[in-house]
Amino acid sequence: MTTPVKNPETQVRRPDESLWKRLTRQQLFIPVAALVLLVLFNLIADPTFFTVSVKENSLGNPVLSGNMVSVLDNASELVILAIGMTLVTASSGGQDISVGATMTIAGSVILRLVCGGQAAADTMQMNLFLAVLIGIVVTALFGAFNGTLVAYFNIQPMVATLIMYTAGRSIAAWINNNQLPIINDVAFKYAGTFLPGIPVPTPIFITALMVLVFWLVLKFTNLGLYTQSVGINPNSSRLNGLNPKMIKLLTYVILGVCVAVAGYIRISRSGSINYSRNAENIEMDAILAVALGGNALSGGKFNIYGSILGAYVIQFLTTTLYKYEVPSTALPAYKAVVVILLVVLSAPVVREKLSSMKKAPVKAVKEVS
Amino acid sequence: MPNTTAVNRQGRLKERVAMSDTNLLLAITVVVFFILYLSAVIFLGGSFTKPQNFLNILNNNASLIVLSCGMSIVMITGGIDISVGAVTCLVCMICAVNLEQQGGNILTMILIGLGVGLAFGVVQGFLVAHLGIQPFIISLAGMFFAKGMTTIVSKEPVRVTNEAFLAVKDTRIIVPGLGSNNKLGQYVPAYVEVGVVIALVVVVLLFCLLRWTKLGRAFYAVGGNNQSANMLGINVRQTKFLAHVLCSMLAGLGGILYFLHVGSGDVANGAGDEMNAIASSIIGGTLLTGGVGNVAGTFFGVLSLNTIKRVVASLGFDEAWWSNITVAAMLCLFLVVQSIVLLRKNKK
Repeated sequence: MTTPVKNPETQVRRPDESLWKRLTRQQLFIPVAALVLLVLFNLIADPTFFTVSVKENSLGNPVLSGNMVSVLDNASELVILAIGMTLVTASSGGQDISVGATMTIAGSVILRLVCGGQAAADTMQMNLFLAVLIGIVVTALFGAFNGTLVAYFNIQPMVATLIMYTAGRSIAAWINNNQLPIINDVAFKYAGTFLPGIPVPTPIFITALMVLVFWLVLKFTNLGLYTQSVGINPNSSRLNGLNPKMIKLLTYVILGVCVAVAGYIRISRSGSINYSRNAENIEMDAILAVALGGNALSGGKFNIYGSILGAYVIQFLTTTLYKYEVPSTALPAYKAVVVILLVVLSAPVVREKLSSMKKAPVKAVKEVS
Repeated sequence: MPNTTAVNRQGRLKERVAMSDTNLLLAITVVVFFILYLSAVIFLGGSFTKPQNFLNILNNNASLIVLSCGMSIVMITGGIDISVGAVTCLVCMICAVNLEQQGGNILTMILIGLGVGLAFGVVQGFLVAHLGIQPFIISLAGMFFAKGMTTIVSKEPVRVTNEAFLAVKDTRIIVPGLGSNNKLGQYVPAYVEVGVVIALVVVVLLFCLLRWTKLGRAFYAVGGNNQSANMLGINVRQTKFLAHVLCSMLAGLGGILYFLHVGSGDVANGAGDEMNAIASSIIGGTLLTGGVGNVAGTFFGVLSLNTIKRVVASLGFDEAWWSNITVAAMLCLFLVVQSIVLLRKNKK
């Protein structure tokens, strides 16, 4: 490819150039820019997009509603997955594409436990916390399976997780003997809808709690440092006394825990499950969130807050597309275009051009379309 | 002089070792297939003893054979393409809409199918080869794009009533000597569909391409080692680009064959075929790390995979989910075996 040539013309407009350079070099440049663009688009197209009102839900409680609330609410699963996915990406340089399938497994396990194996139940047959805990253990085991293949058998992460991507939904159906259990207990749906007396959707609190936990873990443990070190160079990490295989495995187990929490939120929204449609295409969004947050998909350094912001931007995009009546089945096509634009923009070849020439981004967009 | 002969001999030796790798994996695949099928015939009997049962595996999987061969080529260059199943589905749908609602004929259908494949191949190949983006991400995006586009083209299943098309679809090529007598004692000839013939021709052509042409050898060289291929004067980017174009074109052709088999466009067409194609390639002895593989092995990989699916189904595990779990288990088994082989090789 062409090597970046120092153009004498650009040196004339130096102040402007350097500001642009400084801006594009910021890791959070792309997600913030995408967010600003989306907000501007919605402000111009329809300012009522941002109104938040208080409505009564089906139980008669006053709750907040509006597009912004639904963005924050619906992004919950994605944010939680994006946290785990960022760690996996950083440590192994690949992504887990089985998260949608394992979320379905978690949902299936929890539903089977709370329904006590029956097709429908009006009250929970098992302590909810215990059921969720078992769900977490199950998906952590599946995470360990993926992690073992990646860390100990040296299989590319995306190919290793292809196994669970293929089998996951089938395993979920098998767990419940292909029944579609329904739980009608109001308490089961607290996590996915509203707690009595609180007008803010519960998933927002769960997400905040998860983010807080990971903030504390990253602040007070060496997990972040070790993960980055393993992702940048496993051999030198090993020589420095780390166990790269164990750390890779650990990140997959952590992702498994995140998957279970996300899977629990997803099923508690409706109290039922559809094996082939539950959390469909969410792996794509989670990978997109990581990429959007400015993290290298080839591993190494990461910024978990970038991924979280990325997840909210994606949900914002989804909600905007829904508002303009894009059918849900056609949504992947639009998102795929966004993914391709993003990876093209973050490709090293294009990045070089981007920071050496101001008009490069326009050109990069043209190359895709 | 002695020096050059030594280098030559070493080079030839290395080549022979590399080839024997490919041949060893091919031999394993063929043996596994025959053992599988023979044990199915011996222990399960029933329908497995009829030649038509074997031919039906071909009839049902003509498109998968073509897809898997394309997948093998991309995998030999060290890449992967998971958009092939969705492209198959998109091609089916577009062909169905073209034949039914736009008054197309078989020729326009074939052109559209290959054209869609070519478009996917050019875009994905450019992004992978020239911008250096991970093939998995690009083809994941391609897969979702094709899935979304399929529902934009039509959400409802489209059944085809075009007579010329149905005539081709129902053409049965009779294989002499393999027929059997049915319960009434009548002789039922064994047959294959048109798609099988096309698929077999494709396998033979690709086998020759990979073994005896410059481009074919370049695929192996690039997959084996990017840098040394570059030093040998091979245009690495161009080779990778062509591999992706070829793979997506074959996915387009696979779409046409799938369409010829089922005769309708449906959003569920070709679901999971990318996994089947990857599994078949891996079972057929194509290494994920690139540089090793063979379309003949892939052909037997498809046969093994579908034989085991049938065996599992006839053992009584006939619920829909068992098929997926079987594919995943086979994939897992062969991946682990490959990885152990590679790890041991690296240690030596």
